[in-house]
Amino acid sequence: QGHKCYLETLPKSAFAFPIMAITRCVSVSFSSFQACQDVEVDIYERLPVPFGLVRFGVAPDHPEVKNVINTFTQTAKHSRCSFYGNVNVGKDVSIEELQQAYHAIILSYGAEGNRSMGVPGEDLSGVYSAKDFVGWYNGLPSCRELSPDLGCETAVILGQGNVALDVARILLSPIDILKNTDITQPALEALAESQVRRVLIVGRRGPIQVACTIKMFFYCGRELREMVNLPDTRPEMVPADFEGVTEALKDVQRPRKRLTELMLKTALETPAEKEQERRNKASRAWSFRFFRSPVEILSDPNRNRVAGIRLAVNQLEGSGEGARAVLTGEVEDVSCGLVISSIGYKSLPIDPSVPFDACKAIIPNTMGRVQQAAGLYCSGWVKTGPTGVIATTMNSSFDTARSLLEDMEFGSLDVSAAKPGSQSISALLAKRGVKPVIFSDWEKINSIEMSRGEATGKPREKLLTVEEMLQVAGK
Amino acid sequence: TTGKQPLRSDNKVTIHFINRDGEKVTAKGSPGDSLLDVVINEDLDFDGFGACEGTLACSTCHLIFDEEVYKQLGPITDEEMDMLDLAYGLTDTSRLGCQICLTKSLEGMVARVPDSVADIRQSKDGSS
Ligand SMILES: Cc1cc2nc3c(=O)[nH]c(=O)nc-3n(C[C@H](O)[C@H](O)[C@H](O)COP(=O)(O)OP(=O)(O)OC[C@H]3O[C@@H](n4cnc5c(N)ncnc54)[C@H](O)[C@@H]3O)c2cc1C
Ligand code: FES
Repeated sequence: QGHKCYLETLPKSAFAFPIMAITRCVSVSFSSFQACQDVEVDIYERLPVPFGLVRFGVAPDHPEVKNVINTFTQTAKHSRCSFYGNVNVGKDVSIEELQQAYHAIILSYGAEGNRSMGVPGEDLSGVYSAKDFVGWYNGLPSCRELSPDLGCETAVILGQGNVALDVARILLSPIDILKNTDITQPALEALAESQVRRVLIVGRRGPIQVACTIKMFFYCGRELREMVNLPDTRPEMVPADFEGVTEALKDVQRPRKRLTELMLKTALETPAEKEQERRNKASRAWSFRFFRSPVEILSDPNRNRVAGIRLAVNQLEGSGEGARAVLTGEVEDVSCGLVISSIGYKSLPIDPSVPFDACKAIIPNTMGRVQQAAGLYCSGWVKTGPTGVIATTMNSSFDTARSLLEDMEFGSLDVSAAKPGSQSISALLAKRGVKPVIFSDWEKINSIEMSRGEATGKPREKLLTVEEMLQVAGK
Repeated sequence: TTGKQPLRSDNKVTIHFINRDGEKVTAKGSPGDSLLDVVINEDLDFDGFGACEGTLACSTCHLIFDEEVYKQLGPITDEEMDMLDLAYGLTDTSRLGCQICLTKSLEGMVARVPDSVADIRQSKDGSS
């Protein structure tokens, strides 16, 4: 049979890509390395459904972004690739067990933890993390019961990255825009009843620093442009926040420069008559609040719901992109009935046997090789931190694949001994009563979701619980 | 093979791609096709290229051109700029392949697929 090397990966949105890179690199740059033609790749995923944040993160009104699912599907259907959903690595099967069954393991389990604000009142009702809020409108089973109360007029979002803008846009979008997306039905109904008319998007520093303040997320030109043009909604910027920005702009590099210019234009320029009229008629509004840090979430007299937020007023020390926000001592209270903190996702350790850098919240690695752990690799957000778009994540996954292939070629990854691969893992899982969902099972779920969606004019109506997914998959 | 018109090569535009390994790959496309169309029609093997299928939502079709070619590529929209800003290893002569329409005058142009390894180094310098 020649060399047979099994790889195991935990999926990522771009889950299929490192794998793709392996098979392709073999024919392109590693043509001498025939053995690799035998590589088999098994993907283990905790949920019964694939695609990670592309399904559960990317906003419902950005369907084009999800086109990437077609490419992932092609890879998953490759004859040497198998998908095993509904398998929680670290619980249903340990890393050690996987290591015995496979020559190499690529960990791509994303960033499922939350960065907390660390301010009093964070656990009041009406305070949510963007991660949970996004999970709720996108049908992540663990967030189904969030049912946020949208009965207030003002919502405050802490953080100014793309995820913050996604959340703001979903809160403010006319329901007619959302109703033809794959947003979940309960979220659609709640948003149709929503009283939210004003969204404040709060950041620690100023317009110049926006793009880099929120390191964990990416620059958001597209999302900002969408906000500015959102039907029935007007931007309300504070012109004073933009003092000195025009002058500072000349030292700023693209793409930050373009983002800042767009904000400046929105804040300072008098719009053309038609646009002015549109803005005057708008029933909803959003604005950026710069130079503010949360100090405390304020509660109503009964102390069980959020009633406002206390923000500290910051001043910038230094200039340009490196400027630091320092407290002035002044505070400002804003009343609001909804607070969503969008200050970052965070990876969590998966197994005590896998090295983890708790400070950076990533698996320490060199070009995707997990440090001091032969045979272990990582890719996706758990490798890089929760930053960058799908394209970034994909590119970095290719690098991991390249590292792995190099190691196979140059011998630091020993693939000489035969390994049992999924055979032994399947036996273990069966013994433990875990029923993996394979790709053709997912296709059953997929087709039910699409036909349910068709009935209501949506691209899909997602199944909302793991139980229902398993039932449809015939498990 | 009767009944089939031979492809008139003078109707096609030749493009030279430089792939991530620095190798030259030559392909032909019809005027009006986008560079993404060419990559797909010719089955060129650039990992992850065109992930959003040309809907201006991903920047994986990022290509780099020579200055003279870049100038001939036609206007660039704000929406393309927004996506391009997210591309790895952005240069002054970068464009998104799905937005570039072939014309006869682009005959023989060179389009380079950025190398992700080099890009990581670059983006590290730029962003921290
Ligand atoms: C709200 C939001 C919106 C975004 N919008 C865009 C956008 O518009 N365009 C864009 O290009 N990018 C967008 N991104 C970024 C993009 O989603 C990420 O770059 C990409 O998904 C990261 O991939 P990943 O594989 O590292 O993580 P994920 O996609 O999170 O994949 C990790 C997978 O691992 C699984 N898993 C976790 N733990 C285990 C375990 N113990 N065992 C088995 N499986 C496990 C998870 O269930 C998940 O499926 C967005 C991100 C967020 C958060
Ligand atoms: S293919 Fe996605 S932006 Fe061009």
